[in-house]
Amino acid sequence: MKMIQIVGIGLFLIGLAVFTVMPFLGDYTLTEEQVLANTKDIHQEKMAEILTPMYGDTYSSNFSFLSAYNENFNEYNEALKAESKWDEVIWDDYSFPLAQSSLSSSVRDNPWLFFGLSIGLAVLGGLMYNLPKYQDEPAGVKNNGIFHSSMKNRGWMGMITGAYLILFYIILYWFPAYIVNQVWMVTPLSMILSGNPASQWFLYGTIYTLAIIVMGVRMFRKYRGNKYQQLRTASVMFFQTAFAFLIPEILVLLNQPYFDFKNIWPLDYDFFYDYQIDTFLSSGGVGLFMLIWGILLIVIGVPTFTYFFGKRWYCSWVCGCGGLAETLGDPYRQLSDKSLKAWKYERVIIHSVLVLAVLMTALTIANYFSGFALLGNVTNQLHSFYGFAIGSVFAGVVGTGFYPFMGNRVWCRFGCPLAAYLGLVQRFKSRFRITTNGGQCISCGNCSTHCEMGIDVRWYAQRGQEIVRSSCVGCGVCSSVCPRGVLKLENGSTENRINEMPIIIGNDSIKINA
Amino acid sequence: MSSNRHVVIIGNGIAGITCARQLRKLDESLRITVISGESKYFFSRTALMYVFMGHMKFEHTQPYENWFWEKNRIELKEAWVKSIDFTAKTLLFKSGENLSYDELVIATGSKPNKFGWPGEDLQGVQGLYSKQDLELMEKNTQSGVERAVIVGGGLIGIEMAEMLAYKKIPVTFLVREAGFWNNILPKEESELVSRHMREHHIDLRLKEELDEIISDPNARVKAIRTKSGEEIQCQFVGLTAGVTPNIDFLRNTELEVNRGVKVDFGFQTNIPNVYSIGDCAEFHEAPAADRKQVEQVWYTGRMHGETLGYILAGKEVTYQPGIWFNSAKFLDIEYQTYGTVPAQWDSENVKSFYWEHAGGKVAFRMLMDKQNKIIGVNNFGFRLRHEFFDQAIKEKWDGAKVISQLDKANFDPEFFAPYYIEIQKAFKDQFGGNVKVSKKSFIQKLFGASV
Repeated sequence: MKMIQIVGIGLFLIGLAVFTVMPFLGDYTLTEEQVLANTKDIHQEKMAEILTPMYGDTYSSNFSFLSAYNENFNEYNEALKAESKWDEVIWDDYSFPLAQSSLSSSVRDNPWLFFGLSIGLAVLGGLMYNLPKYQDEPAGVKNNGIFHSSMKNRGWMGMITGAYLILFYIILYWFPAYIVNQVWMVTPLSMILSGNPASQWFLYGTIYTLAIIVMGVRMFRKYRGNKYQQLRTASVMFFQTAFAFLIPEILVLLNQPYFDFKNIWPLDYDFFYDYQIDTFLSSGGVGLFMLIWGILLIVIGVPTFTYFFGKRWYCSWVCGCGGLAETLGDPYRQLSDKSLKAWKYERVIIHSVLVLAVLMTALTIANYFSGFALLGNVTNQLHSFYGFAIGSVFAGVVGTGFYPFMGNRVWCRFGCPLAAYLGLVQRFKSRFRITTNGGQCISCGNCSTHCEMGIDVRWYAQRGQEIVRSSCVGCGVCSSVCPRGVLKLENGSTENRINEMPIIIGNDSIKINA
Repeated sequence: MSSNRHVVIIGNGIAGITCARQLRKLDESLRITVISGESKYFFSRTALMYVFMGHMKFEHTQPYENWFWEKNRIELKEAWVKSIDFTAKTLLFKSGENLSYDELVIATGSKPNKFGWPGEDLQGVQGLYSKQDLELMEKNTQSGVERAVIVGGGLIGIEMAEMLAYKKIPVTFLVREAGFWNNILPKEESELVSRHMREHHIDLRLKEELDEIISDPNARVKAIRTKSGEEIQCQFVGLTAGVTPNIDFLRNTELEVNRGVKVDFGFQTNIPNVYSIGDCAEFHEAPAADRKQVEQVWYTGRMHGETLGYILAGKEVTYQPGIWFNSAKFLDIEYQTYGTVPAQWDSENVKSFYWEHAGGKVAFRMLMDKQNKIIGVNNFGFRLRHEFFDQAIKEKWDGAKVISQLDKANFDPEFFAPYYIEIQKAFKDQFGGNVKVSKKSFIQKLFGASV
């Protein structure tokens, strides 16, 4: 390894360490004014009263502060619950805004400094490590040592990475009050972009986008000489940076609804939620355009593009989840399960999620147009269940946290309802397939090994069959790693696209073969 | 034929396994047993190098999951055959067990050539063919190898060089001929590969032969001496001067053998109900003018197995290979060939068109007969469609027609450089004629595709 790369790893680790210790910095002093400023009108008086014992006390850590908060808050709520006074219980969670406002720390005072020392160093280090990669080598397949690597083959480094990611997601989704320092750190950036203070989601979006960019650079190095991989990577980097990160923030700056123009229902599962519809309908022409744009993508965009190009147009060129999987997740692609059993589970689970998402949305819409007469608040319960189980646990904790254990497409393969929808179109009505080059397959297994979706590509290739699978995201890596030029992603005639009795060219002894 | 016969296949390589699978597809009831001492489950021999280099784990080289065999009632017997009693139709295993058969298929593959070099059995000296060879190579290169020498310039040799490069072991490569693999590749292609090997820091020595492998006091290799007298210090020697049929246990029996087991085009040996396929079979005469009596290629093994499966299922077929094709990968450069492109040809009767990219890593050759009909192609560094050339060669297309449709023959991934346009231009310059040069597509223009 070159010196610059070693320094890069060092800087990355320092950045990561600074980021990791940040929650432990500073102290927390709550005042009544802060409580009044950060609670809803109906709760202001009560909350100010509940938290009175905390005023003026300085808590030296988020743990002591939040435990005091929870103690006071729960005491109040539990008493009401015990008396079954459900309408007086405060269901809102104010721990995050109160922790945020009561914090005084060096991070809050010097956000840019800490931004530079954590995220900045990590990005710099990542680039220093990635850019010089393979510099003195000819372009070609760069999979040397993957299964000898502790990071990429479920060794201790992979385990630690996975555990860290899982912990990060759990804190982000359910305990954001513990990371208010990091939120303060990105607040100036948020002010520049949207004119609003940052939330934990802005923090997440920032890290997410930078991860795609830094690891996208790695892809450029790894797949040097492979135009398909390079363009596809540039595309996901662009869509994440512009469409998912910058444009929604700028929309907010312009007093428009926050909207990601490339996120499509049912991946974007709250698109038809009542508050979303209300936002669209109350935001004039722009809001209406967003609503219509979103619906057009669902009913025309997805089937049309998928007919012509396969689901890859979205999954490995546009999508944010796909973008992260194809960049940050690329080192783990070989860990996907290729067994027939996994494929069976995959089909059951992903289509169940699709059915659930469709049912939930149908109920929501029906309920909305009936003026909540139909189901009342039941849809809210459904939303919180889906948001928790699918949106957070499956897509986030498992989807990304499990990269080092089960490969980089766990969510896309087993969970994403949009992938299921795209997949149905791809399987039954599309011009896309992976063509097998006659009889040239040598059954080596590189294609299957490096398929992130766990498709046993070789099964098809060695019998001279085209690969038509609903799950294929068209990343093109099977084609890249094939040593004999056997696989090519193609859009072509739908005639004979699916052929269960292929002929392997080259043996004239027999004509039919399978 | 009676349907409860017992077909026993010795060898679970691509030939034996393809035969077993085809037979099972065509016949539900007969009993099939596949014997191998090398590994219980079928694996792809061609992928052993990727296991060494950490691209894959050994289990990834197995094209079928372990339940596949039981589900398809293909019995797997892990054992080495010691001898065969052809009269009693019984196999005797090294373990002392017996197994009787009704029909026997010998598909025992190859073993690395050794030419009686002094020191060829020393520790640290080996070929690369089997799973055990791979394990031995992992052991032999674990530590203390400062330099390796590879003897013999073929495909396994260059694979071994790539494997050693993964371990950062410098390689000296001795090739007896004046060019790498030049009994197969024409001069320009051979030079292209040689250049690429040197780009990978392989010390390629052409026209250099092994004289002696020198031992240290522990019967380990410490150096080699070449015929020109140079002594090269090395701790590992790869012997990759081709392979030979693995049939020693069948010599001096009533089975007729020469280099391999002698068979006709129905894979029938001189003993009834005994067949042989794959690397270890030797046809009485070559199956076609451009083919050999012993065919030692993955694809031919597969075709032998496929055909014999049909024969054993009672179908009236004989081995009729179609248009020749083959492929390989030399470090980073892929190679495909379709039809007949020998290393040398008679320029009176054969016309050659050769194009090479300025970068020296992409090349295309097409041979045509006197009437400009295509005979075969070689392509390096880009991919061509098998189906296209199978048809063009079978139907004896005019060279100009082939070149005009080269865009359709292109099998490179989308957005790759359109080499076919340059090839079309070059062909038009050299041969004139009615050649259509493809236009760049809109997408190619949009992304500034250039060659």
